[in-house]
Amino acid sequence: MNSPRPILVVILVLVLSAPYAFVKRLVAGEPPPYVVEDRRSGYTYLSEENQRLQNDEFANPGMFWVEQGRTLWQKRDGAAHLSCVSCHGDAATGMRGVRTRYPRFDPRRNKLINLEQQLNRCREERLRAAPYPYESEALLALTSFVSFQSRGSPVEVRIDGPARPFFETGRAFFMRRRGQLDLACTQCHDQYTGQRLRGDVISQGQTNGFPIYRHTWQTLGSTHRMFAWCNVAVRAEPLPYGADDYINLELYLAWRGRGLPVEAPAVRR
Amino acid sequence: MHSTVRDQGQAETYQIVGGAIPESLTNRPGDPERGRLVVLDRTKGDCIVCHAMPLPERPFHGTVGPPLDGVGRRSGAGELRLRVVDPKALNSHTIMPAYYKVEGLYQVLAQYRDRPILTAQDIEDVVAYLLTLK
Repeated sequence: MNSPRPILVVILVLVLSAPYAFVKRLVAGEPPPYVVEDRRSGYTYLSEENQRLQNDEFANPGMFWVEQGRTLWQKRDGAAHLSCVSCHGDAATGMRGVRTRYPRFDPRRNKLINLEQQLNRCREERLRAAPYPYESEALLALTSFVSFQSRGSPVEVRIDGPARPFFETGRAFFMRRRGQLDLACTQCHDQYTGQRLRGDVISQGQTNGFPIYRHTWQTLGSTHRMFAWCNVAVRAEPLPYGADDYINLELYLAWRGRGLPVEAPAVRR
Repeated sequence: MHSTVRDQGQAETYQIVGGAIPESLTNRPGDPERGRLVVLDRTKGDCIVCHAMPLPERPFHGTVGPPLDGVGRRSGAGELRLRVVDPKALNSHTIMPAYYKVEGLYQVLAQYRDRPILTAQDIEDVVAYLLTLK
């Protein structure tokens, strides 16, 4: 007659431990959860080993670019002999939250602008220095450093007003079948998430972690490098880095992962 | 329904009859042993990326498509041939690529343009192999 009792105790412990874990996280002031409603960060698809690697600022290989970016942030450059600090001061306060809002609509160009392009605009217009080439170590470093200042803040881009048509174009890109394999992003990353492609679990393709240190690349890369990689994987023509269609896709994906925390520099497979 | 594919300079036509392609695409019978290699070849079929198959020599089979163990018992040659050649003829929403199709594709990488993923003989060999999965 006393056999059901230990089972009841186990159930009670399980039921009580779930809210306890939640409260503990609040008290510890940890970053927002990696799952928001039905949106799951790529972090939740990682092995525990890779999650630990991302969490540890001394072991995370992406921190190398953050530190390089910190140096560039302070370095005077260009004909104006200015640095980022000259206008923005301490990045920890001035750049906090910036990464969560990009890409955004830019009224001057009458199209979207992403974070990499904004950094280069500052270089050209304020420092009067040459822009860093897309995917150069310097641009990756500065993007990582600025993004890092928003770590833990939820992604929150605007898709209303003038941004709307660009958002719609980005969504259309995501839905369009392409390449010899005739696959759309949505088929793997909406319809088959959680299934295995060879040994790898298919993620939702969220972008809150970018720039990411990707083991496949053995280096750090931007969203556009990832888009091009995926395009080639389905045997489709990749677009050049910085292409308008990739920036439109960036906006759609940022909205699709709204509320997920900025994780840059994230570690991914 | 007739479709035409340029296969290494040759035009191959096939006819879909009742959810199958009853006629072989080539004059040569399929070779199941070669078909097994096409299935495993990452640059050709690479079927295990999506399907679990009775090929224990290769770890990590995908779960996107149905397991193919016993597929040769469930389906005949003509049905398997259509499912490899153009599964979208049966289900326009399927994620499975058409392995013998060049029309209606978008922004294909230059090196793959105007040629199907598999040759007609590859298809026949794969079908012969799938038929051995009883």
